[in-house]
Amino acid sequence: MNAGFNPQAVAVFALIVGATLALSFWLASKAKSASGFFAAGGDIPWFVNGIAFAGDYLSAASFLGICGMIAFYGYDGFLYSIGYLAGWVVALFVVAEPLKRLGKYTFADALSSQFRSRGITAAAGLSTLVVSLFYLIPQMVGAGVLVRPLLGLPHWAGVVMVGTVVIVIVMSAGMVSTTYVQFLKGLLLVTFSALLTVMILQKGLSVTPEDSPAKPLEPQSQITRPDGQVLINGKSKSESAFRPVGHILELPGGVKETGPLTPWGYLGTIAGSKIVTWSSKTVNEADGSTVVTYTPKVQQGSDLLQPGNAPTFAGLKSGKPVERLNFISLMLALFCGTASLPHILIRYYTVRNPAAARKSTIVGIGSIGFFYVLTLYLGLGAMTSGSLDVTNNNMAAPLLARAFSDSLFAIISAIAFTTVLGTVSGLIIAASGAVVHDLMTTVFRVGLSEAEQVSVAKLASVAVGAIAIILGILFEKMNVSFLVGWAFSVAASANLPALVMLLFWKRTTAAGITAAIHVGMCSSLGWILLSSETYKNVYGLDPAGAPFQMSQPGLVTIPLGFLTLVLVSLVTKRRMVDQP
Amino acid sequence: MSALLHGPNPGAENEPPENPAIQARNARLGLRLFAVYGLIYGLYVVVGAFMPGVMNARLAGVNVAVVWGFGLIVLAFLMALVYGWLCNRPLAESQGEGSR
Repeated sequence: MNAGFNPQAVAVFALIVGATLALSFWLASKAKSASGFFAAGGDIPWFVNGIAFAGDYLSAASFLGICGMIAFYGYDGFLYSIGYLAGWVVALFVVAEPLKRLGKYTFADALSSQFRSRGITAAAGLSTLVVSLFYLIPQMVGAGVLVRPLLGLPHWAGVVMVGTVVIVIVMSAGMVSTTYVQFLKGLLLVTFSALLTVMILQKGLSVTPEDSPAKPLEPQSQITRPDGQVLINGKSKSESAFRPVGHILELPGGVKETGPLTPWGYLGTIAGSKIVTWSSKTVNEADGSTVVTYTPKVQQGSDLLQPGNAPTFAGLKSGKPVERLNFISLMLALFCGTASLPHILIRYYTVRNPAAARKSTIVGIGSIGFFYVLTLYLGLGAMTSGSLDVTNNNMAAPLLARAFSDSLFAIISAIAFTTVLGTVSGLIIAASGAVVHDLMTTVFRVGLSEAEQVSVAKLASVAVGAIAIILGILFEKMNVSFLVGWAFSVAASANLPALVMLLFWKRTTAAGITAAIHVGMCSSLGWILLSSETYKNVYGLDPAGAPFQMSQPGLVTIPLGFLTLVLVSLVTKRRMVDQP
Repeated sequence: MSALLHGPNPGAENEPPENPAIQARNARLGLRLFAVYGLIYGLYVVVGAFMPGVMNARLAGVNVAVVWGFGLIVLAFLMALVYGWLCNRPLAESQGEGSR
């Protein structure tokens, strides 16, 4: 399904991007110093910072990925919502205040503050760079996915567009403009998601008869011939399109329509309904053509409201031990990952003091938690909206909006786009901070004045942005949430052991921290690259041949990071600079 | 809320340094709350992994999975508010609790 060019959507989109750019130019005058560029001079009010946390954190994976996963598989997408939010508990209760106290611009500052160790700064700067780049890939891929139906442009054009706009935002005023872009985006995203949820509840649920023109129970297919000709449901692409999906066959009590529902009543009604869900299968035929078949399946709503329907979590029902461990490993990585993400951690340096760091985290948890509660309604609303694209679950939330009106579709798509802009800006700042402040100034001791640091950081932003554009085009086919899980695992394995032990174990040494970061980063990265899921999705190899059948490394590599830190610290003597 | 959105307070550069005793009390409090939440989250993950039947049991018109999931999100926010409130208390009020 392809909506093609939509003038209204383009107008709204242009308006939002234009307003964002105007704002960042206006704020640009405020950021002349390095402190202004990297940390907004520590001048951001805590409430703004709190909402900016939401704007920074709620990425394309949250909005497009989770809603899409719930729309296709039910509760399984909500597992991500729960894990992503729970991670904030670690950030607030354990990390926020000490991190603010110890550091200046970057996460590496905080880790090496007691040791003044170049080894730590190098390791932490490198892990910041690696995690930020991995996190950038799904955001850029998400941007490409979004522009196709919105603007009728190819994938690469979306990626280049986001990359360019973000580079301009970051270049113009660094952390100040990035913060306000994220603040606006967070506000818009939460407000319009709430509005959409109210509309879903007002509309209630209704039945689509089996024999209606929507043909809710008829399979669909796409055949791609060796000569490039594409047939959709048996006809050529120009005269046929996929039928929108997302239908209810039966409501509890045999009614045809429920009318407005309460939030709780909505879930109860879903549980008692029979809902059509879709699965797909790709077969390469002997004559060289590729056939993708989409098969409907009638499921009881109560089954969809429990874990284990998505392919990723199928093990929870089939009972394979490896897949159960995989689930635990993912949930552990989500829990530990949030407080280890460099682009989130640098936001603690934009406020004045530890108390402001605490207060802004509480505001962040409130707005992010509220949004994640809404994701269940948005996802289930899309599941039953009759407007889903059977080929692409990332578009579920915007298409749900289109089921209500074209203008809402335009607004939601534009917000989804600014969602990508906000998160990408934060990631690029984090990465350029790691390059300039950590690696160049501290590790390689390149003598740079404040003004030179800002200039070099801007150059680094362009370079990181360009790399992100290339990766976003290369990884077009990759699943967005799979890649985000990847970034969380690496962040948690590399950064969390160092951060936690530095704060709570007095015998931690510089060598211990450095070793833990390297071991955590390399082991989790290596594991992912050699896992069965990567074999299948990235290399196109037989997954059974992969050394690691469990695709989520966190359960092993996070403890490994802690163990490394303890062992290395015990055999090296603690050297500490005298503190004033 | 508008007062919160005002720019930085120009006098804030001179704010008194944090009291280390309050800092230590808040850090202890944070760890306790973290332990409570971590336990509830950990239990949710383990039950989800090994006891799918429990997650599917009916509760409050839906099922355990939905109630527990929502509960974890709401609880995080409530505990955050409680933490924020307790951290702002002056030291004297909490000394009894700290020595327990």
